[in-house]
Parts: sequence; C-alpha cells; structure tokens
Amino acid sequence: MLNTPSVPTKSKISVKDLNFYYGKFHALKGINLEIPEKRVTAFIGPSGCGKSTLLRIFNRMFELYPEQRAEGQILLDGENLLTSKEDVALLRAKVGMVFQKPTPFPMSIYDNIAFGVKLFENLNATDMEERVEWALRKSALWSEVKDKLHQSGSSLSGGQQQRLCIARGIAIKPEVLLLDEPCSALDPISTAKVEELIVELKNDYTVVIVTHNMQQAARCSDYTAYMYLGDLVEFGPTEQMFFKPTRKETEDYITGRFG
Amino acid sequence: MSATLSQVRAARFAQRKRVNYIATGLALAAMAFGLFWLFWILVETFRLGIGGMNWVTLTQMTPPPNEEGGLANAIYGSFLMVFLATCVGTPIGVMAGIYLAEFDSKSWLASLTRFVNDILLSAPSIVIGLFVYAVVVSRFKSFSGYAGILALSLIVIPVVIRTTENMLQLVPAGLREAAYALGAPKWKVILSITLKAARAGVITGVLLAVARIAGETAPLLFTALSNQFWTSSLGEPMASLPVTIFKFAMSPYENWQQLAWAGVFLITIAVLGLNILARVLTRNKS
Repeated sequence: MLNTPSVPTKSKISVKDLNFYYGKFHALKGINLEIPEKRVTAFIGPSGCGKSTLLRIFNRMFELYPEQRAEGQILLDGENLLTSKEDVALLRAKVGMVFQKPTPFPMSIYDNIAFGVKLFENLNATDMEERVEWALRKSALWSEVKDKLHQSGSSLSGGQQQRLCIARGIAIKPEVLLLDEPCSALDPISTAKVEELIVELKNDYTVVIVTHNMQQAARCSDYTAYMYLGDLVEFGPTEQMFFKPTRKETEDYITGRFG
Repeated sequence: MSATLSQVRAARFAQRKRVNYIATGLALAAMAFGLFWLFWILVETFRLGIGGMNWVTLTQMTPPPNEEGGLANAIYGSFLMVFLATCVGTPIGVMAGIYLAEFDSKSWLASLTRFVNDILLSAPSIVIGLFVYAVVVSRFKSFSGYAGILALSLIVIPVVIRTTENMLQLVPAGLREAAYALGAPKWKVILSITLKAARAGVITGVLLAVARIAGETAPLLFTALSNQFWTSSLGEPMASLPVTIFKFAMSPYENWQQLAWAGVFLITIAVLGLNILARVLTRNKS
C-alpha cells in the first residue's frame, strides 16, 4: 500500500511541517506535501478545510493581512520562500495566481495583460503586442477578443474574463500557476474551456488548483490532496485517490458519503 | 364553522394589500412634499432671476445703488476662489482618503483622523470663516482672496476625504489581491488599480464639494469680504457671488435686488449642472 505516495517527477514545491494561523485560529496543522513539477495538483476537501489557505501561502498572499502568519518551510526549487530575502514581488512573478471571481482590471483587454508584463520587463511596442497575443492564444481567448483589444476588460463575459485573468497570469511567464476555484463562477461551457486550458498549461507550468468539484479534480489533475479541518488527510496520484484511496475518510468524501 | 385555508389566505392577502397601499401612499406624500418646495425654489429663482440675465450683468462691474451695472467681478471672484480652493483641497483630501482606506485603516491614527474629519465635515461654515478670520485676516490686517481660498478649501477637504475613503473601500478586495498577485508594488496597485476603479466616485465627491462651496457665504464674509471693483490680485479683498447676493438682497435699492436674483439664478444653474454631471459620472460607472 502506498502510504507515502511516490512522486516520479521532480518536486517543484516542498511543504514541510507547515502551520498557519488566522490570529489565534490554527488553520493548517503540520502539513507535509511535495508538489511535482509540470503536473496539475488538485486540493479538494469541504469548505473551511484550509485548501485555499494553503494555496495563498505559496505566493505569500496572506502577508497582506497582518493577523495571519505561517510557520514552517515551503521550498520553491529548494529555497524556503517564507524566509527568503528576495522581494515578494519577484516571488509573485514566479508564482502566479488566478482567483475564484474574475477580476479584470479597470482598463482595456490589452492593458490588462500588459500591466503585469510592464512590472518586470521593458518590452518595445512590437514585443509587447507579441506577448499579449501569445498569452491570449495560450489561454484560448485570442479568437474571441482579437478585434476588440482596446475595449474594457469588464465588457467580456464571465468565462472570457476568467480566461483573461489566466492570460494575465501567464503573460509574465511564471513557473507555477495557482488557481483558486477558477471555475466556480462559470457556466459549464466556459468551465470546459478553462479545464482544457489547465491540461494544456501543464506542459509549461506547475499548476495547483483548488476545487470543490470532484469531477473537475478527476478530469484535469495528476495528483490530488484531500484536506479536512486543517489536516492533509491523503495525497497521491489522482487515479489512486479516486479508485483506491487508502484512507476511509477520503473514500467517504469522494463518493459523497461524507457527513 | 372554521374558515377554509383558502379563505384565510384571501383575507390575509387583502389585509397585506391594504397595508401596502397605505405605506405607498405615505411615501408618495412625503416625496411630493419634498419636491413641492424644491420646485417652488427653482421656479421662483427662474422667474425672478431670468429678468436680470443679460449681457450687461455678465460683463459689467457691481454698480453703486441705482446705477446700471452687472456682476462680472463677483462671478470672476467666485470662479477664481472656488477653482483654487478645489485645487488646494482635492489633492490633500484624496491623499488623506487613500491613507485611510489603503494604508492604515484600523490604526488609532486613522480612527482619530476619521473622528476629526467627521467633526470638520459637520462644522458650521461660519465657524470656519471666523477661524480663518482670526488666524489669517486679523494677523495680516487685511481681508484677502487668499483667506477666502483657505476657508473654502477647509470645507472641501473633509468632503473629499470622506468620499475618497468610501469609494476606495467599495473596490472589491479581490481586485487588489489580483494586482498584488502579479507582483505589483503597493503604490502601483493604488494608482493604477484601486484609484482607477474608484475614479468616478472620487470625481463625484470633488464635484459635490465644488457645488457646496460655490454657494457658501459665511466663510467668505469674514475672509475675502467683497470688492466693488475687478481685481485679480488675491492679496486684496475679492468679490464673490454669495457675498454680493447677501449684500444686494438686503439693500433697499431695486437694481441691487434685481442683480441679487440674477446671482441666485447663476449659482443655482451652476450647482444644478454640477450635481447632474456628478450623477451622470456615477451612473456610467455602475
């Protein structure tokens, strides 16, 4: 039986003895986890189990809120990002994030994508146009927006806005992409497009996705972590997690007998 | 003997409908009462003011009693002082609003600032006028346009602080997080994302502040005073529409009274225009 899942590829992020607190509330309890490079890893579990919390530590998003704190180690390519002296902006250039609700910036579609690129690179107009087109093609949005790049980002539909946010995230060429329930506000057709995109993205990026949708985890992830009340209950290859989980709790949650 | 369920339902429904009619009626009556006075003010202003609106009013200086003249110096003085007070008050108000909403919203300093700002916001404008009189006019022994601008900008600042803070707080946290997640520094997030998202609201706040000071008399009465002649020098007393209206309307001279109504008409049109502009800007946003 696989108690410690074997990870055939190199791990991109190693979480070691991670504890996390919202003020006095102990939200993550001693998490240990290896996230493999260029694979899709899904976090599943009931609301409040800490999966989004865990995701938001990987790009130190929690630091925006002074009452939140993390203890332990998160190694990104071997370096502990929690104690790194590197500027948090440079970390976020490597570890991009897409949120639950689409958040187009109050500017044109083109500028939405150029905004992040301009923070880290000095591109001339032609290179920038190429980069914007590349990001939009990559996120399967190009054909729908190529004639209205200078319209406001918020004029797009919800699904298009979410793909715009993904394009914005990959335009700065991160190594890791964190997706926090990226499809929960989308209709099935947009969801299908985003899922296809996620599978496509793992050729170049390490993808971590938080989802409430079990089928989504089964469809597009290679590895799955099941969390419950701040504990990592089980982690392993998605197939094994869905067909032959080692823990009873995992099986109950996945088959819907959770209660 | 017992009523059926459907009879009870019908009776309850009829009762709710009666209460609904009464509530709607009362609300409509309250609205009509409010609008009645507003329309009367507008109609009266137009009726009495439109007669005084002509080229002479707009181009000539305020006259001595019973001579022909206009309001040109008062219009110019009002425009200049309101414009400059807005230029002084807006950046201070916007930056303080940014501090309260984006930097330190929970600290004691922010709470104190909010509390003091609320006091300033509701301070009677005559208090502000007398304050500026005491610290500027009596010290330099001269009424001046500068003192008027200072008094007006003290009224602008709290209004702009309040609206800027409120508008920035309406920007969803997700938008800020999304910008930080791209690695944007704080100043960039504020300038390019949150302030931009709240732009229409902030501009509306500024326009409402302008509308408010355009009609203020008390802060100018003790500071800029008035001036019979055209002056562009802010070091001298300066005419303004509200103070001129105050002086002319209280006088026994017919031509002064007519000019006072023309001034009232001008201010009303300007304030109405600014309010409509503010409304249009917020509607386009939402």
